[in-house]
Amino acid sequence: MKSKTADRIATGVFIAIAIIIITLLVGLFSFILVNGLKHVSFDFLTSPSSNVRAGGGIRDQLFNSFYVLFITMLIAIPLGLGGAIYMAEYAKPGKVTDIIRSCIEVLASLPSIVIGMFGLLVFVNTTGWGYTILGGALALTIINLPSIVRVGEDAIRSVPRDLKEASLALGITKWHTIKTVILPSAFPSILTGVILAAGRVFGEAAALLFTAGLSTPRLDYANWNPFSEQSPLNIFRPAETLAVHIWSVNTQGLIPDVEEVSSGSAAVLVISVLLFNLLARWIGSIITKKITATK
Amino acid sequence: MGKIIPAKERLLKSEKNWMDGELRGKILVIICAVIMISATISITIFLGTKGLQSFIKNGVSLIEFLTSTQWNPTNKANPEYGAFPFIFGSFAVTFLSAIVAAPLGIGGAIFMTEIAPSWGRKILQPVVELLVGIPSVVYGFIGLTVLVPFVRGHVGGLGFSLLSGVIVLSIMILPTITTATDAMSALPKNLREGSYALGATRWQTIRKVLIPAALPSLLTAVVLGMARAFGEALAVQMVIGNVRDLPSNLLDASATLTTIITLNMGHTTYGSVENNTLWSMGLILLVMSFVFILLIRYLSSRRKM
Amino acid sequence: MVTTYLEKESTEKTIHSTVQLQMENILKVNNLEIFYGEKRAVNGISMEIGKNSITALIGPSGCGKSTFLRSINRMNDLIPGARAQGEIIYEDLNILSEQINVVALRKEIGMVFQKPNPFPKSIFENITHALKFAGIKNKSKLDQIVEESLQKAALWDEVKDRLHTSALSLSGGQQQRLCIARTIAMKPTVMLLDEPSSALDPISNAKVEELIVDLKKDYSIIIVTHNMQQASRISDKTAFFLNGDLIEYDGTEKIFTNPSVKKTEEYISGRFG
Repeated sequence: MKSKTADRIATGVFIAIAIIIITLLVGLFSFILVNGLKHVSFDFLTSPSSNVRAGGGIRDQLFNSFYVLFITMLIAIPLGLGGAIYMAEYAKPGKVTDIIRSCIEVLASLPSIVIGMFGLLVFVNTTGWGYTILGGALALTIINLPSIVRVGEDAIRSVPRDLKEASLALGITKWHTIKTVILPSAFPSILTGVILAAGRVFGEAAALLFTAGLSTPRLDYANWNPFSEQSPLNIFRPAETLAVHIWSVNTQGLIPDVEEVSSGSAAVLVISVLLFNLLARWIGSIITKKITATK
Repeated sequence: MGKIIPAKERLLKSEKNWMDGELRGKILVIICAVIMISATISITIFLGTKGLQSFIKNGVSLIEFLTSTQWNPTNKANPEYGAFPFIFGSFAVTFLSAIVAAPLGIGGAIFMTEIAPSWGRKILQPVVELLVGIPSVVYGFIGLTVLVPFVRGHVGGLGFSLLSGVIVLSIMILPTITTATDAMSALPKNLREGSYALGATRWQTIRKVLIPAALPSLLTAVVLGMARAFGEALAVQMVIGNVRDLPSNLLDASATLTTIITLNMGHTTYGSVENNTLWSMGLILLVMSFVFILLIRYLSSRRKM
Repeated sequence: MVTTYLEKESTEKTIHSTVQLQMENILKVNNLEIFYGEKRAVNGISMEIGKNSITALIGPSGCGKSTFLRSINRMNDLIPGARAQGEIIYEDLNILSEQINVVALRKEIGMVFQKPNPFPKSIFENITHALKFAGIKNKSKLDQIVEESLQKAALWDEVKDRLHTSALSLSGGQQQRLCIARTIAMKPTVMLLDEPSSALDPISNAKVEELIVDLKKDYSIIIVTHNMQQASRISDKTAFFLNGDLIEYDGTEKIFTNPSVKKTEEYISGRFG
């Protein structure tokens, strides 16, 4: 029967597609890890990078990646949660709420390079700061905001209504209820979502190209004074992150061991993102177990 | 039980007892909402005005910018600002990668919902999520070290080509299109059951009933993928060659709006004409983002029919 | 705050108590109408709730009894599009008025919900949560109030050794008594119970009923219930609602043995609902 054959062929095609996708992933991952891990050593992780000679490490870039992420989250989480609380608890259906949703939609669809350009315009040039960690963090905040708002809003909305009513019926104000009943309840989902968002931000490069820059000044890791110019904690200094570093060594092309440095960096980058994902999943399952166990 | 304080004082709103923490909290979150609105508006305004500088302040012709294929901003005698090759490059990689990735992505979605729903989801879903997790620079790097030599050796040309760009982008937008899975699984069960009850095979059901029913959502997923492709910068830049000529075939090197911006923003002087034209390209990217959003909204409204 | 009392013209007159009331009234409802958007859920009811008594609200699903109950502590404010017209007079004030501080009101008019909803905190914290917000921070005072409330809710003996364990580890009946305890801790005047034992097993149900009867000496209780036997067992007065109207409101014994309105009689004998 013609239709039966067609059905079998189609099924074969779909299975083939699935296999292609799986093979792609396995191939990519093995390439990254097999090629890259052999260049990753403690030395690699802790030596400063080199611009011209071989043997450079990624110490500063690795630190910068985490530090920029940290500052970004410091800004984006309160902002995003505030927005999420507004959308879930205070916003009345109507024109203004629609406008806010559209804004979130727009921010979510802007290419990261466009946001990088905006960052260049405002956080680098207009303010006169030049390339800074703060500028990069602000650009990454813009990129991150829609996800955090969405995660927060979903988490808050899924807190059972009767918990909220119980608190209000006892004569507790809405804001206090949000702070002490709703947010703690929503916390696990928010945490998971934030960690996943952090994973995405960690690999971001296009937005940082024009905001945090392509260089890192000489850093003295013993100096913990954030106002000092040599301190790694200073947020008003340029900071090349790991992802940006991969791009710049391949495009600037001055060091002879480009491939080694790049594949090592790529491996570290991918493993870090993987760890973020696994951490999010692990925390999610722990908390789910905790909640269902007490019931 | 309140007998000592009269009822009026207890129960009526007054300056003293009017939910002070309440007001503070409300203002806090409203400020956050306002910040989000202002961020969006300021991005539009800043990029808009800066992007128009080259036309308004430097007198670059809009028509030349959009249609001419000659890009020579540094030619002191006769600078030319035809950005068409880059506009063409952007659209070309976007459409071509969508054509490649759509069947794969939708096929993957259908695999997960129709062919092997139980274990298919368990395996393919995490795989897709992992693919998303790979940062774009890493895709670019792999493209550079693996794909480009491969194309050069086995297909032709320099390796740095439109083809390489399309392949890299296809892989990158594949996960985005696979989110069509949600659309497929949201289809009501009785759609399938009705079709099977009439004696249709699975493929016939998929082809004639399910895909048409989910079409707006599937298209939305593809458009989302295209939007992502259009805006991708670094991964494409590393494999596409970055030449200013219009490509004549897939194996020619090319450039896109994003790649030109990426390469040249660093070494052009802020305020110069050449720099301003880069901002104009950024404006095109911004406008296209809005176009994609409107397209997706239109498709979503069709879905509600 | 006291506006003019409007007499409602109705085709079906509400039959009020034929028995002379000895008790004072704690709430007076005047011509209360409640709307959800355009739809009217409660059609101009008037009644008086006695102090230190148990008033039962009965009627089939959707008759407006829960809506009415929730308007008394302004919980309907949470529903977008809900609005109320008319008056509910408590302590000489119309508590439906815009000028009322609902947060303060809810401290005096407490509510227990159909499904037990303890906070995912310890038993102790469930009770102190609202107390701390109300300004009571002294540790020994908190301990004292917790013990008092749990005693009154007949739960103290069962939980006194595990006050700091999670409230979610309690059984359904215990959780509901905990919810009653935390409402009692606020020292309300009126307690609104919205089908408090419908989600519980019969034994817990019995315990909760016993508790409610015991509570009436300190509080004025209004209970919505689907369970007519429960209403007849524990309440002093019963109000029968149907389609948003208050059909009959009288002493419980009269309602259940010799109702004046035919519809009431039909509902009681199970002919509908």
